[in-house]
Amino acid sequence: MSALAVLAVGIVVLLAIAAGGLVTRRGAVIYGACLAVTAAMAVTAAMALALPAASMVLPIGLPGLGAHLRLDALAAWFALIVNGGAAAASLYALGAGAREPEPGRVLPFYAALLAGMNLVVLADDAYIFLFAWEVMSLASWALVMSRHRAAENARAGYVYLVMAGFGTLALLLGFALLASGGGLAFDAMRAAHLAGWPAGLGLGLVLLGAGSKAGLVPLHVWLPLADPVAPPHVAALMSGVVTKVAVYGFIRIVFDLLGPPEWWWSLPVLIIGGMTAAVGVLHALMERDLQRLLAYSTIENIGIIFLTLGLALAFRANAMPAAAALALTAGLFHAGNHMLAKSVLFFGAGAVLGATGERNIERLGGLIHRMPVSSACFLLASVAIAALPPLNGFASEWLTFQAIFVSPALPQWGLKLLVPATGTLLALAAALVAACFVRAFGILYLGRPRSTVAETAAETDRFSLAAMIGLGALCIACGLFPGVVIDALAPVTQLLVGGAMPVQWQSAWLTIIPTAGATGSYNGLMIGLFLALVTIGTALTIHAVAGRRTRRARPWDCGYPNLGPATQYTAASLSQPIRRVFSSIVLRSSEVVDMPPPGTLRAASVRKTIHDPAWEALFAPLAAAMSGVAGWLNQFQYLTIRRYLLMVFGLLVILLIIVGMVP
Amino acid sequence: MHSLSFDIAHMLSGGLVLASFLMLYQDRLPSLINMLALQAMMLGLSVAWQAITQDAPHLYITAALAIGFKAIAIPMALRRIIVKLDIHRQIETVGGIGRTMLAGIGLVALALQVVLPVTSASDALAREDIALALSVVLLGMLMMVTRRNAVSQIIGFMSLENGIILAATGARGMPLVVEISVAFSVLIAFIVVGVFLFRIRERFDTVDVTALDQLREDST
Repeated sequence: MSALAVLAVGIVVLLAIAAGGLVTRRGAVIYGACLAVTAAMAVTAAMALALPAASMVLPIGLPGLGAHLRLDALAAWFALIVNGGAAAASLYALGAGAREPEPGRVLPFYAALLAGMNLVVLADDAYIFLFAWEVMSLASWALVMSRHRAAENARAGYVYLVMAGFGTLALLLGFALLASGGGLAFDAMRAAHLAGWPAGLGLGLVLLGAGSKAGLVPLHVWLPLADPVAPPHVAALMSGVVTKVAVYGFIRIVFDLLGPPEWWWSLPVLIIGGMTAAVGVLHALMERDLQRLLAYSTIENIGIIFLTLGLALAFRANAMPAAAALALTAGLFHAGNHMLAKSVLFFGAGAVLGATGERNIERLGGLIHRMPVSSACFLLASVAIAALPPLNGFASEWLTFQAIFVSPALPQWGLKLLVPATGTLLALAAALVAACFVRAFGILYLGRPRSTVAETAAETDRFSLAAMIGLGALCIACGLFPGVVIDALAPVTQLLVGGAMPVQWQSAWLTIIPTAGATGSYNGLMIGLFLALVTIGTALTIHAVAGRRTRRARPWDCGYPNLGPATQYTAASLSQPIRRVFSSIVLRSSEVVDMPPPGTLRAASVRKTIHDPAWEALFAPLAAAMSGVAGWLNQFQYLTIRRYLLMVFGLLVILLIIVGMVP
Repeated sequence: MHSLSFDIAHMLSGGLVLASFLMLYQDRLPSLINMLALQAMMLGLSVAWQAITQDAPHLYITAALAIGFKAIAIPMALRRIIVKLDIHRQIETVGGIGRTMLAGIGLVALALQVVLPVTSASDALAREDIALALSVVLLGMLMMVTRRNAVSQIIGFMSLENGIILAATGARGMPLVVEISVAFSVLIAFIVVGVFLFRIRERFDTVDVTALDQLREDST
């Protein structure tokens, strides 16, 4: 049986599991089945990476069209990401799903979401693609609404549904444009290339459609609302995997179907990517809600991925296949890395939420003593996502910077100026991400507990730990041996940009060489070994030299034994300098200090406010206009019979007049 | 071209339009019903004349239906209804007779302007017929829009339907079944509306349709 057939059967089985979720409330059965199926599918997808493209037509779907499925290297890579993330989330859910108050609201939609995502990746005609896209959107909406009684969740679900509908509409229009040349099948679209302004319009529509799903600024507003309110394993899927499926949709359409790119296509992608990276991390740095912090960090990473895609477009348009392959490899690699790290982070956040019931990091702290294993995994994933060597995040971001360093070779002056500018944004974002996760980890796990729930927390269950440890190990493996991943991605870049990075496996000491003849190189293994040696050596030295006597003291008590935990650094105080420097302009953050005059017994207070410019400049006016128009139209629902007659009569007369005037 | 048959057909269809104009400013219901009967009579004669000139015997049936039902039966029933409802002495305020008449004249001009250029290929009789029929339809709608009393609105609807029958018979070769079905549907509409009138009256003590709107909470 071919790999494609295995994946197709897997989708059918997932749908059957979704139907089973309607029958049984036993999460262990559903999640166990999902874990088995997605793990098998992930292995199949990994093996299919190196295989030639295979396709099949099933006699379902639109009459006369059928369902076209195709598994090429790109689809295989994203199928690997989807199923890898799904398998980890299912494993995590084996433990965490038991804490779910109403499993009947989650189980069927969870399996349906997995099936939908897989079908998007395998789809080879516009109808199946959009159908699967909608299955994915609606299933994840149902999951967001699984705890629908809170008003906040209902609002998140509404915003998510609106944005999903908007995105699908944009994609629908984009496909209509693409299908004008031949038919709905992707093969016909590949054969009939668009050129000139229709291609630009198609790019814009795809950027809107896929970008709204991926969380590009300014279409990101649904992500920080929807992700935190979903169950933890679903939040991990939505942040780590659903956004990657959106990235896949963008790559599939723009690199594969839209035809040979022109250099200016890369401009909007680069600008939006850079903006997304910077704005996302600034928001993450200000956030107190742990899940929302992670959601904003997802936005930042999506920005990085789109930045690399923009670079790849620019290089490909200028016939620089090696550089394009470098940029695209960086983006694809980063997509996988982000899935790994972000899933662990969401699992860790879910474990904290399950142990304490608290999402506000200002009320947590000191959890490293009570949740040692999950805190270690969280730390590892933080290091990975903050792009520190020797972990995988650094490898992919290093490749991104290498691609940016090639940009002076581009002939267009616009790109020559823009790419370094976005590179600066990327560097800024990378530094801020490090600060953001220092803050998140430090406030969450270090110091002293700031509430009783944090004091009484206990380590999470072993399934959750197994999922976190497994993905964490993959983070380390991909960080130490990035060459394996880069070589595995060579068929994908060969398919999309007609070039590939040099084969890394044969290079001496497994050093990464970005392009043939490049001066810079990186060796994750060496750096990892060096760091390990230095760390161990330092620890041994300290223990050998320092005295044996140890004294345990409470952190942040400044030498006074009876100071409360409020004396510690808080999340807000840690991020205040950055808030003052950057966010006062970008996010219009402001602080109001209310200091009562002497003699008054009122408590003093500091109130800080943050504005999301995307929400206020784009969505709020849009929503106000929409509700204004709707309210104005509403009065036509309540007219008298005579007025309705009058409207019909008036319209008839007007039409007759038009007919009479235009013979 | 301007033969006697054309002139007679023209006169009869013109009579329908004239009856529509007469209806527009009748402020008493009994006289309004008389005008409707007059219009239906003109319609019957017009259809009968069409039957002679087109040599289509089935149109005699249509003519007989028009005269029997619309000129005699329905007006009688309407008279009984208004007597029962005790509104036969009421005077209905018809807002601005002059303006209504001007609007009606404008509508007739519009109908002629629209129909005559479009149907230039067909014969003169059908053209004039259709143009005048459209005028009758538009005047009937105008009447429905300007009146507040439910009975007058029904009469406007009946007069609108007369225009439709006129158009149908003017076109050569329209099968009988179409005309009969239109006539019957109007009859059924009349019965249903008649039943509703009494229900409305029972509930609201009036057949002024503005009373219906007061029931609705959020009408503007």
